Amino acid sequence: MISHFEDVIVQTVTRLVTPFVQLFALYVIAHGHYSPGGGFQGGCILGASFILMAVANDVPFLKKRLPEKLNTMLISTGVLVYAGIGTLCLMLGANFIDYGILHRILPVGAVKARALATLGVEIGVGITVMSVMVSIFLNLLTGGRHESAD
Amino acid sequence: MRFAALIAVVLTGAALIFSTLDMPDWGDPASPASVHVSPRYLEQTIAETATPNAVTSVLADYRGYDTLGETTVIFTAAIVCIMLLRKRNDD
Repeated sequence: MISHFEDVIVQTVTRLVTPFVQLFALYVIAHGHYSPGGGFQGGCILGASFILMAVANDVPFLKKRLPEKLNTMLISTGVLVYAGIGTLCLMLGANFIDYGILHRILPVGAVKARALATLGVEIGVGITVMSVMVSIFLNLLTGGRHESAD
Repeated sequence: MRFAALIAVVLTGAALIFSTLDMPDWGDPASPASVHVSPRYLEQTIAETATPNAVTSVLADYRGYDTLGETTVIFTAAIVCIMLLRKRNDD
């Protein structure tokens, strides 16, 4: 199903480019307050960098760096971060996902607490989108048989 | 039977096209969507959320429930993909 593909130019360029792609993905997530971007877009770029590693090398190469167990746990971690921030607001006495109340536990005012909580949920969304991209790609690529990928 | 289906499709399509005639013009500043809560989001985004990008403040703050649902949707998509496609080692 998957023919092993080895090209020194593709592999070298991938090795050089991947850190910059991932750094740009983190920039897109973190800078979503000031420019177009956010969790969904940054998570997609981050997932694309891992998919690029799998395409340029092979599936075991990616799974050595991003184990399947960790990736699957990250899928739910992102949703947990988002819902956890919402529940934290609930426990502090405000409505669900009403971030203003977080100024009680953050050393900033109510308005700034909303911006920080927005960043928090964007990070959660980014984690989930990244892991979902990688997981769906690997399962579709190998038909669910990662172990016999090559 | 096929003819009846064709008539049903044409009638439904005609009703849908007819109903679009009542929709507001593209970018109409007086349309209901532009006069209800949108002005407050655009004008108060910095005062209320300290986020200059109104898209982000609407996405994650004013419409937080929606984004939580979106995240859950892609989470569910991945879980379903794993359940349907992933094979055990010993299969």
